[in-house]
Amino acid sequence: MLIYTARRILYTLPIMLGVALVCFALVHISPGDPLVSVLPPDASEELRLRMMQIYGFDRSYVEQFLIWLGRALQGDLGNSIATGRPVAAEVWGAVGNTLMLAVVATIIGFTLGCLFGFVAGYFRDTWIDKLASFISVIGVSVPHYWLGMVLVIIFSVQLNWLPATGAGPGGSSAWVWDWEHVRHLILPAVTMSVIPMGIVARTVRALVADILSQEFVSGLRAKGLLDRGVLAHVIKNAAPTALAVMGLQLGYLLGGSILIETVFSWPGTGFLLGQAIFQRDLPLLQGTILVLALFFVVLNLLVDVVQTALDPRVQRS
Amino acid sequence: MSKPPLVEVEDLTVRFKGARDVYAVNGVSFTLDEGEVLTILGESGSGKSVTLKTLLRLLPENRTDIGGKVRVGGEDVLAMQGRKLADHRGGTVSMIFQDPMLALDPVYTIGEQIAEAVIRHEKVSSKAAMARALEMLERVRIPSAARRLKAYPHEMSGGMRQRAMIALALACKPKLLLADEPTTALDATVQIQILLLLRELQQEFGMSVIFVTHDIGVAVEVSDRIAVMYAGAFVETGTTREIIREAKHPYTHGLLAANLVGAKPGQRLDAIPGAPPALETRPTSCAFAPRCKHAMDICRAKLPPIRRWHDRRWVSCVLAAEEHASA
Repeated sequence: MLIYTARRILYTLPIMLGVALVCFALVHISPGDPLVSVLPPDASEELRLRMMQIYGFDRSYVEQFLIWLGRALQGDLGNSIATGRPVAAEVWGAVGNTLMLAVVATIIGFTLGCLFGFVAGYFRDTWIDKLASFISVIGVSVPHYWLGMVLVIIFSVQLNWLPATGAGPGGSSAWVWDWEHVRHLILPAVTMSVIPMGIVARTVRALVADILSQEFVSGLRAKGLLDRGVLAHVIKNAAPTALAVMGLQLGYLLGGSILIETVFSWPGTGFLLGQAIFQRDLPLLQGTILVLALFFVVLNLLVDVVQTALDPRVQRS
Repeated sequence: MSKPPLVEVEDLTVRFKGARDVYAVNGVSFTLDEGEVLTILGESGSGKSVTLKTLLRLLPENRTDIGGKVRVGGEDVLAMQGRKLADHRGGTVSMIFQDPMLALDPVYTIGEQIAEAVIRHEKVSSKAAMARALEMLERVRIPSAARRLKAYPHEMSGGMRQRAMIALALACKPKLLLADEPTTALDATVQIQILLLLRELQQEFGMSVIFVTHDIGVAVEVSDRIAVMYAGAFVETGTTREIIREAKHPYTHGLLAANLVGAKPGQRLDAIPGAPPALETRPTSCAFAPRCKHAMDICRAKLPPIRRWHDRRWVSCVLAAEEHASA
């Protein structure tokens, strides 16, 4: 198991390098001059060239990539063009907030999804199944930014129970464990949890229905297990796949929450990414994408390792 | 007066409900004494596995209609509910399945699966249960049993898995073992080993066995008595010797003739033409008549008469009844 894990970690190194190359290339292929946002519209050609030199945009792409990669390895992702602040600090702050949001949303979504999926699969083709499946289809298909706005209208505007935007009182962007911050987290987290809930529910339903139709379930009943004993077997059989789906969903939530973070002005990576794109802030954009992509790689690694630990059929050699 | 039989099945009927109903078992009756081995012999779809599963109530409850009486050790199996049924399953009666790869849980070790049954029925500690599991693996002669205890089903060979399945079934010392084609999924050489092992364990444990197979060679190897099943009903029963030497029913003759044993090279095997009926309605005439070379008008008109020598030797065929009348 240890050797397997070490090998899997080693395999991720070339993947990470590839990810760095792709995200560097993508940003540079995209049209738009990064200096537009910092230079006044009537800036002289001379000034423009000097700025290009300062930011290193005059060098060849290969040089630029190697310099950027070298610095990135030391934890320096450059400075934001728009604000002049170090990208690494901005990204790390945002990553903390997004992680908080994504993890809480995944926990809610996974718990509810497993519950609905399990019940639906266990009572397949009954009205309970139909109700649970109906809820999960809604979860998958409802536009979540719309749902976010509806929730804000109900719980913030009408009932005035929860704050509508931000990550903490007074625009605080650093997470603290107190009631005020938790209150700010509830609406965006619930909104975000709806998608993984739907997907996990549908996966788990199919899994449970499939497992229950297998002959070994007859075998378990034949040796006298009661319903809860059989249930334990079903859970252990379904767990590896369900966890893999959850891991992937967490990955998507980490990177794909631009809309929700914008609706709730949540100071996370999605929000940051949106800003970077609109301001053509190349270093910030590169840095954010790189960190998000690396998260995805690490998460996949974790899912693989956990799945191997849970399912003896996955080869360990 | 001798002891009452361990198993009493009386006029058992099983109907699967669905878009099209299937009359899988139509009036099966038999008794089985303690320590006796009965083989139910028949083609695929003749209802032999369904009969077996009824003894453990393993059929999907909401889609089956079960009629008649099933008693094991004097207890009414069809009336059992909840914990009582669970105690019956694996405690009094246990079962080995056709394909152990499918019948064992893939993500639990063999040891865990055996120990689970022991804990469930005997309420011992998990350590004691594991010790029993090891003892059982040794009883079924699995080499390096201690290591196999921690193996998963996919890490073992087919024959080894079936041995593990047998160890699991016998772990709680059942009075009755149900064997649903336990050698069909195995290589020929392994089949013989498993059959010999089963016969040996049956004598050692003194339990009764109901063996289901389509292979008459297997039936001869293991059983005291044979019941030949066709289209959801027994057509002939008797001791193994009576069935082999003095078969009366044309279907039994067909099965015996279609057997490879004793056939010469180049000789055409005498296969039974046609296929078994679909059983969407309950048969009202002899179900074998369409495939029978001796079929007469009366066979297609009504159910065949039963010629009965005694309780455990009878045949349901017009021919046998006529022979009796003319004798």
